[in-house]
Amino acid sequence: MKLARIRKHTRHLMTAMGLLFLAAFQPLMAQQNREDQATPVRLGLMLPYSGTYAPLGESITNGLKLAIKQNGDQLGGRPVEYVVLDSEADASKAPQNMSRLVKGDKVDVVIGPVHSGVAMGMLKVAKQTGAIMIIPNAGLGAATGQLCMPNVFRTSFSMWQDSYPMGKVAYDRGYRKVVTITWNYAGGKEDIAGFEESFTKAGGEIVKQILVPFPETQFQPYLTDIASIKPDAVYTFFAGAGAVRFVRDYAKLGLKDSVPLLGSGFLTDGNLDAQGEAAEGILTTLHYADGLDSEVDRAFREAYGETYERKLDTYAVQGYDAGMMLAQALDQTQGNSADRDALISALAGVKLNSPRGPVAFSKAHHPIQNIYLRQVKEGRNQVIDVASRALEDPARGCRL
Amino acid sequence: MDPVFIAIQLLNGLQYGLLLFLIASGLTLIFGIMGIINLAHGAMYMIGAYLAYDLTLRTGSFWLALLLAVPIAVVLGLVIERLFLGTLYRRDHLYQVLLTFGLILVLNEAQRIIWGNDVQSVAVPPSLSGNITLTDNLQYPVYRLFVGSVCLLMAGGIYWVIRHTRLGIVIRAGAANRDMVEGLGIDVRTLFTLIFSIGVGLAAFAGMLSAPMTSLYPGMGDNVLITCFVIVVIGGIGSIKGAFLGSLLIGQAATFGPVLLPALASVIIYLIMAAVLIIKPRGLFA
Repeated sequence: MKLARIRKHTRHLMTAMGLLFLAAFQPLMAQQNREDQATPVRLGLMLPYSGTYAPLGESITNGLKLAIKQNGDQLGGRPVEYVVLDSEADASKAPQNMSRLVKGDKVDVVIGPVHSGVAMGMLKVAKQTGAIMIIPNAGLGAATGQLCMPNVFRTSFSMWQDSYPMGKVAYDRGYRKVVTITWNYAGGKEDIAGFEESFTKAGGEIVKQILVPFPETQFQPYLTDIASIKPDAVYTFFAGAGAVRFVRDYAKLGLKDSVPLLGSGFLTDGNLDAQGEAAEGILTTLHYADGLDSEVDRAFREAYGETYERKLDTYAVQGYDAGMMLAQALDQTQGNSADRDALISALAGVKLNSPRGPVAFSKAHHPIQNIYLRQVKEGRNQVIDVASRALEDPARGCRL
Repeated sequence: MDPVFIAIQLLNGLQYGLLLFLIASGLTLIFGIMGIINLAHGAMYMIGAYLAYDLTLRTGSFWLALLLAVPIAVVLGLVIERLFLGTLYRRDHLYQVLLTFGLILVLNEAQRIIWGNDVQSVAVPPSLSGNITLTDNLQYPVYRLFVGSVCLLMAGGIYWVIRHTRLGIVIRAGAANRDMVEGLGIDVRTLFTLIFSIGVGLAAFAGMLSAPMTSLYPGMGDNVLITCFVIVVIGGIGSIKGAFLGSLLIGQAATFGPVLLPALASVIIYLIMAAVLIIKPRGLFA
């Protein structure tokens, strides 16, 4: 019995010594590592991995990682380290999360977010700290408008940019009285404002604007209201689960046959499997489409299909382009991310041969890109026209 | 507004309210009798919807899926009650809140691991996929009428059980004075297990029924949960009758509110709750 106790004590002592050993030598080992190879570029991913927008976060992450993989798992000769944070698409937690990435984790570049409300919170911290931020989705105008700043870039779109071309398309198709409906949050309101701007400029009339509390998906009362108004067409912005339910309800309640549904491309992007038959025929405008049939697009689709099980969507392209952008810029600075000004001017000069077509960046750091008119055909967002070529966002209120 | 459209909106509100009742009834039973604030109730609604989705894919029949999913949900409730809740009855409310909050995280994560992040949908069963034409540009899906009827039947069933069976007497007594019921020699432990399983089963069943009408996504139960807490508070904690009337009230408010008073769309149900609490601080039927 005594022997057993001694044995136990010895074992504990050994464990303690082992731990001490590790603790003492760890800094030394880490230092050695630093000398052996370049320190990694730290990319902070602040994207939603739970809730309504989780699929978007996953697609963007996939696209980004694919671009960096194709670049030989390096940026400007340095390995890449990801610091992943679930933004939960929760705007109230955004400033705190962003601060954690920038000050705590000391990332070189923050990539995020998906949700425009979260972007507002992140921009505040970006302003205070000067941290470089690449927005791979959130389309709020302010990010490259009133709140634009040298250290913030966007690889996606602005609400205005994607919806503005649709106003003219709708008018040219003979629609004169249109109801617009979206969630009552900044992104949704800016999207329908872009449509309303060009539609009323062409001579059309918005007979009612419906704002649904976010993230409510109980659409039946609103659709009944629309049926009683009998407009020529409905223009809508919804994304994710809300988009699936809206499109299905719209068809189920029989509105689809009498009142054509127009939308921002996010209505159908990444949602076609879940929407099924109900989505067929819907017209949308977006900066990406199925059937673009360029060489770059084909190669991207093939590589994405080989790497991931998820079906490719626009969000993946936005993530991919964020990765390509970083690859180009860090090549130019030869891996130097400490000199922020140099990295910023390298990023601003990036020109991408993107799967979506040529992309350059405006003075406000927003992509100048084609907006495509697409129609849902056999479960694909088939391109049927270029609604607007090399469209630049007006960047209202930006003084860069 | 046209009277026809008012009638259609009334129908919309009724159907929504009835569905809410299925979820809220379980919540109010668990809260009123066991004294447990079950935050994971919405997550069970979500699990129900995903079970319907998964089993419909596997079996090819929504009805078969329903038949299989209900027992699975009830057993899940039983396991949760026996393994986790059972150890916390003698403790403060806060422990139970922490536990059920933890369950939300676990169930949401389990959902993501099993079914992934993508938005999913369930096809309406072919036998009920028809539509009734209401106006020249509006139809009413038969399936929604069916769901309304089922919820109404369930409500009747629950009412009958509570009013006219021995179990119902025990439940009512339990809601009124738990210690006295225990003192009279009724096995409260078994009663609790039963109530919790039934409550969870009701939430999951509501999720299954709504699966073909809604879209399925991670955390879909969280919004429903808040609405149902509002209903429970309005109706009076533990009162099935209160939950029923509260559900119908909220159903109509959530339908007419946004259309008639768009500016108040997001707060209307809370305004109603506040108004009820000012007049009757313990809810309508507590």
